[in-house]
Amino acid sequence: MKKNVIEVKNLEKYFEVNSGFLNRNKSIVKAVDNISFDIPLGESLGLVGQSGCGKTTTARSLCLLDQKTNGEVKFYNTETQEMDDIDNFDDANLKKFRRNIQMIFQDPYESLNPRWTIKDIILEPLNIHNIGTLNDREEAVKEILTTVGLTPPENYMPRYPHELSGGQRQRVSIARTLVMKPKFVVCDEPTSMLDVSIRISIMDLMLNLAKDLEVSYLYITHDLAVARYMCNRIAVMFNGKIVEIAETEELLKNPIHPYTKRLISSIPVPDPQYQRQEYELNYDELDEIIKNNPDDDMVDIGGNHYIATHDVKDSLY
Amino acid sequence: MNDSINEKEIQKKVRREAFKRNWLLFRQSTLGMIGLGIVFFFFILAILQPILFLTGAWNEAVYHPVVGYEEIKVNLLVVECPDEYPTEKYESSNACPGDGEITQRQIYNPNINPEVGDIHVALLQPSPPSARHLLGTDSLGRDIFSQIMEGSQVAFLLGLLSAIIGVSISTILGTIAAFYGGRVDAYLMRQSDLVLMLPSLPLLFIISAFAELKIWHLAIVLGVIGGLGGSVITIKSQALQVKVKPFVDSARITGGSNMTILFSHILPNVAPLALLFMVFSVTGAIASESILSFLGLLNIEMSWGIMIYLSQTDGYIFSGMAYWWLILPAGLAVTFLAGGFYLVGRGLDDVFNPRLRKR
Repeated sequence: MKKNVIEVKNLEKYFEVNSGFLNRNKSIVKAVDNISFDIPLGESLGLVGQSGCGKTTTARSLCLLDQKTNGEVKFYNTETQEMDDIDNFDDANLKKFRRNIQMIFQDPYESLNPRWTIKDIILEPLNIHNIGTLNDREEAVKEILTTVGLTPPENYMPRYPHELSGGQRQRVSIARTLVMKPKFVVCDEPTSMLDVSIRISIMDLMLNLAKDLEVSYLYITHDLAVARYMCNRIAVMFNGKIVEIAETEELLKNPIHPYTKRLISSIPVPDPQYQRQEYELNYDELDEIIKNNPDDDMVDIGGNHYIATHDVKDSLY
Repeated sequence: MNDSINEKEIQKKVRREAFKRNWLLFRQSTLGMIGLGIVFFFFILAILQPILFLTGAWNEAVYHPVVGYEEIKVNLLVVECPDEYPTEKYESSNACPGDGEITQRQIYNPNINPEVGDIHVALLQPSPPSARHLLGTDSLGRDIFSQIMEGSQVAFLLGLLSAIIGVSISTILGTIAAFYGGRVDAYLMRQSDLVLMLPSLPLLFIISAFAELKIWHLAIVLGVIGGLGGSVITIKSQALQVKVKPFVDSARITGGSNMTILFSHILPNVAPLALLFMVFSVTGAIASESILSFLGLLNIEMSWGIMIYLSQTDGYIFSGMAYWWLILPAGLAVTFLAGGFYLVGRGLDDVFNPRLRKR
C-alpha cells in the first residue's frame, strides 16, 4: 500500500464573529466543516470550489498558519516513515515538519519581500534551518534558480522582486519553496494571477519538479482545467465541505453531485459558435445515494469516488 | 570567484539605480528641493564655524559666540539739549541727541566729566552689521553671525537626536503592537492616547522646573514624548498592512521565529514611513527648543531661542526695527530650518507614498 504524505480527518475551522454592544452577539462561521482527505506520496490533490468556500482556510490550517478548531492532521515523518500527528510536535519535530511543508501563494507581487534581493529571498529558508555552509547555500540558490529556468542565476540573484515580471516572480516563489526539497507543497492558486500564456509553462515546471523531487501538491484552484492538468485527484469543496472527491478523469467524466455538475458545466469554451447548455440542478442521483446510505457522511460509489451525503438543497440554488 | 565579483557589481548597480530613481522622484517635488536647499544651507553654517576657528580665520577672543567680544569704539560729540523745541538744530525732543552726538546726562561714568563740545569715546554695543561683523554684535559685543552658526549646530544636534530617539521608540512599539496584538496592542494604544492627550509644552515647563534641562536631556525628553505619541499609531497601522502580506506567512511556514519576522520582514517595510516621521519631528524639536530657550527654561549657553531671549531681556525687542539684527536673524533661522525640514518631509512623502505621486 502506498504511503500518504498527509492524512486529514474531520478537519474543522470555525471563526467567531462578534457583533453588537460589547460583542454580545456571538455567531460562528464554519469556514471548514468536517473535511477528510489523504494525499499519497508523490501525488497531487486538487481542491476546487468557488471563492469563499474554505479552500485557503484549509490550506492555512494544514500549514499551522491558523490553529484548527477540531480534527486530526497527520504528516509523513521522513525519518521514521510513520505518520505523526501535527498537534503533538515538540520543537525539533516541528522544525522537521516546517522543512517538509511549504506554500506557494496566489499573488506573486505580494509574496516576495520587496526590500530583499532574490538571493536573500531564496536563502531565507536555508538560513532559518541552518543548512550547510554559506557557500553551500549559495550553490543551492544557483542550482534551484537554474532548475526553475531563471538563467543565468547570477543575473537574477542581486535583483529585487519589482524588477521581475509576474511569471518570473512566481518562478522565484517556486524556487523558494523547493530549495528545501520539501515533501509537501500547498499551492494556493499559484497561476490564477498569471497570463494564460505563462500559466502553462509554470504548471509544466511544477509538474516536472514534482516528478524530480517527489513532491506532493495540494493544489487549490477555482479552475477545473488547471486542476485536471496538475492533479491526480480532485476534491470539490462547497460551503466548507468536500462534496465530491474522485480521480481526476472520473470526476470530470462522471460527476454525481449537482454542485460538481454545475461547476463543470460552467467551464468556458473558447468557441464562439458553441452554445452552452445551462445545467439544471437535479438532485435525483444525490437523493438516491442519501436514501441508500442514511448513516454515512461520505459514500464510496466505486472506483475511489466519494460523494458527500449532506443536504445541499437549501444552499444550492 | 569571478561570478561573485560580477554579482557584487550588479548589486551595486541595482542599488545605484534605486537611489537614482528615488532621487528623481524627490527632485520632482519643488517644495522638497527648496527644503533640502535650506537644510543644506544651515548645515554649511553649522560646520563652517569650527572650521573658521581651526584655520585661524576667526579669532576666538573676538568671534566666540558666548565669551568672545569686541569693543567697537565710536567718537561722539557732547551736546546739550535745549529746553524748548523746535530749535534750529532739533525739531523735537526725539531728535536730540542726533547721530554722533551724546548729552552730558547720558554719560553715566562719574570719573569723567566732559564739557559740551568735547569728543567722547563710547562703546558701540550692540553695533550694526559691518564688514567685520556681518550681522552686527549683540548688547555684550558678541558676534551675531557666530551665534547663528552656534545655534544651527544646537538645532541640528537637538533636532536629529530627538528625532532618532523618538522614531526608534515609535517604530519598535508600533511594530510590536501590530505584531502581537491583543493586550499588548491595547496597552500600547492606550498609552499613546494618554501621551497624545498631554500638552507637551506645559509638560516641558514643569519638567524644567524640577530638573536642569541641558540639550541632551531636552533631546531625550522631546524624543520620548514624540515617540510615544501619535506616531506609534501610524506606524502600527503600516505594520498591520505588512503583517498580513503573504511573504510574512511564507516566512512563518518556513519556520521563521517571531523575532526573524519582526526584524527582517516587518521593520524594513515600515522603515520608509519611520524616516518620514523622523524628518517631520525634527521640525517640532527645533520649535520646542526655541520656545523653551525664549522662556529661559533651558540650561544652554547659546541657541537661536537664547538670542531672542537676550534681546528681549535687554529690551531691544520692543524697539521696532532699530535693532533688527538682534531679533530677525535668529527668528528667521528658527523659521527657515524648521520649515526646511518640514518641506524635506513633504518631498520624501512624495517618494514613499506612491499614491501621492504625480503621474
